[in-house]
Amino acid sequence: MSTPTDSVQGSGTSLWRSLMIQRRVIGALMMREVITRFGRHNLGALWLVAEPMIFTLGVAAVWTAAGLNRSSGIPIIAFAITGYSSVLMWRNTVGMCSKAIQNNLNLLYHRNVKVIDVLITRIALEIGGASASFIVLTIIFVTAEWIHPPLDLMRVIFGWLMLAWFGSALALTIGAATAYSHIVERIWAPTAYLLFPLSGAAYMADWLPTAAREVLLLLPMVHSVEVIREGFFGGVVRYHYDMAYMAMCNLGLTLTGLWLVRDAGYRVEAE
Amino acid sequence: MILIEDVSKVYHTRQGPRTVLDHVNLRLEPGRNVGILGRNGAGKSTLIRLLSGAERPTSGRIQRKMSVSWPLAFGGAFQNHLTGLDNLKFVCRIYGVDYKPLVPFVEDFTELGVYFREPVSHYSHGMLSRLAFALSMAIEFDCFLIDEAMVVGDARFHERCHIELFQKRRDRAFILVSHEPNVIRTYCERACVLVNGRLHEFDNVDEAYAFYEAMPAGPPPAVET
Repeated sequence: MSTPTDSVQGSGTSLWRSLMIQRRVIGALMMREVITRFGRHNLGALWLVAEPMIFTLGVAAVWTAAGLNRSSGIPIIAFAITGYSSVLMWRNTVGMCSKAIQNNLNLLYHRNVKVIDVLITRIALEIGGASASFIVLTIIFVTAEWIHPPLDLMRVIFGWLMLAWFGSALALTIGAATAYSHIVERIWAPTAYLLFPLSGAAYMADWLPTAAREVLLLLPMVHSVEVIREGFFGGVVRYHYDMAYMAMCNLGLTLTGLWLVRDAGYRVEAE
Repeated sequence: MILIEDVSKVYHTRQGPRTVLDHVNLRLEPGRNVGILGRNGAGKSTLIRLLSGAERPTSGRIQRKMSVSWPLAFGGAFQNHLTGLDNLKFVCRIYGVDYKPLVPFVEDFTELGVYFREPVSHYSHGMLSRLAFALSMAIEFDCFLIDEAMVVGDARFHERCHIELFQKRRDRAFILVSHEPNVIRTYCERACVLVNGRLHEFDNVDEAYAFYEAMPAGPPPAVET
């Protein structure tokens, strides 16, 4: 039989060894999650990309059919890809994290598994999935010459990373909050629907009247969507963003999330 | 060594806070063992959950200077869509152990046959118990947590568990909780009695047994949380 590699799990655990254990645990959880979610007989982990891809294609098709593509000088397919991929980033990470703690309570019987590991696993998988689908979609459409390649790739990546940070922080906060009360997930569901059109996926800030724009720019994700699109299309419209504001929001959400996760760790009651 | 220092656990119920463990202290050296006797609702399972790390104490602390198992034969952490083999791999990854050398033992002990490579959702109760127990044995802990009520199976299963645990691993420490004095008497060198969240320590099992028997039945026990 085999002895656990960290057979002494005492108070003397160094930070480095804790990190190694955590890395291993998250790796194991990810593997488990991927096999569970996608199975191994069909397309496997490809669904991580294929699922959002089908959705983006559908949205692009509807918008093209509705003739929205000629109204603004903005390339509609690139607009749809950037918009919907951005929504997936925060909507799916939060979606996968709400109820994640309750659904995985029994894993906590393994000493090394902590509440935060469960959340990090799901966040990482969702960010990976959303990023992979965004990249693959872009490559496919560029290759097919339906869209131009991004003008300023670094800017796109910057916007995307800021959005990933936002998604992670929001997922930590809401994921941990669902451990307190079922009401949180009930409220989150309609909120997510409401946020979809408001999040910047379906408009450019410049198209809006100034008053409306100022209100909508309170939503942190709008800023990163603007940055991603500026990187993608360049100067076809004026872009409105304040990344320092978004960073402050992200930081606040991250700290709130970490605090809630820590507190939830003390409150969980296993079965 | 495991050191439980002044540990309390309070659950918040609709009737207000309910103290399930009340300033509990206990020390267990490597290779030694202790039985914990208690009636339903005395806090036995709560103590096991705190020791395994599934929950944290409301106050006080638990120091673990040796590796502590998850509750023996606990199958609740199985992922139903995964096969028995996948679940073995998962547990091994969590504990940083290579799974390959363990496959023959687990296959042999569980007698699952082809089902070892089928999803756990297709398993019978008996199959689940055997798999859960085999996984508990696959990782070599210094100390095993045993909730007697969790280890259910037929006589043959019990016999094989007995051989694996109390014969092949007699050098290990363990903490065994039960409401059945005879179980504790058979396996443990000393015993404690848990009454209304307080832990009473005794030097030998007979004293603990006498105390347990003399205990007034008390108020009807609440449902074990």
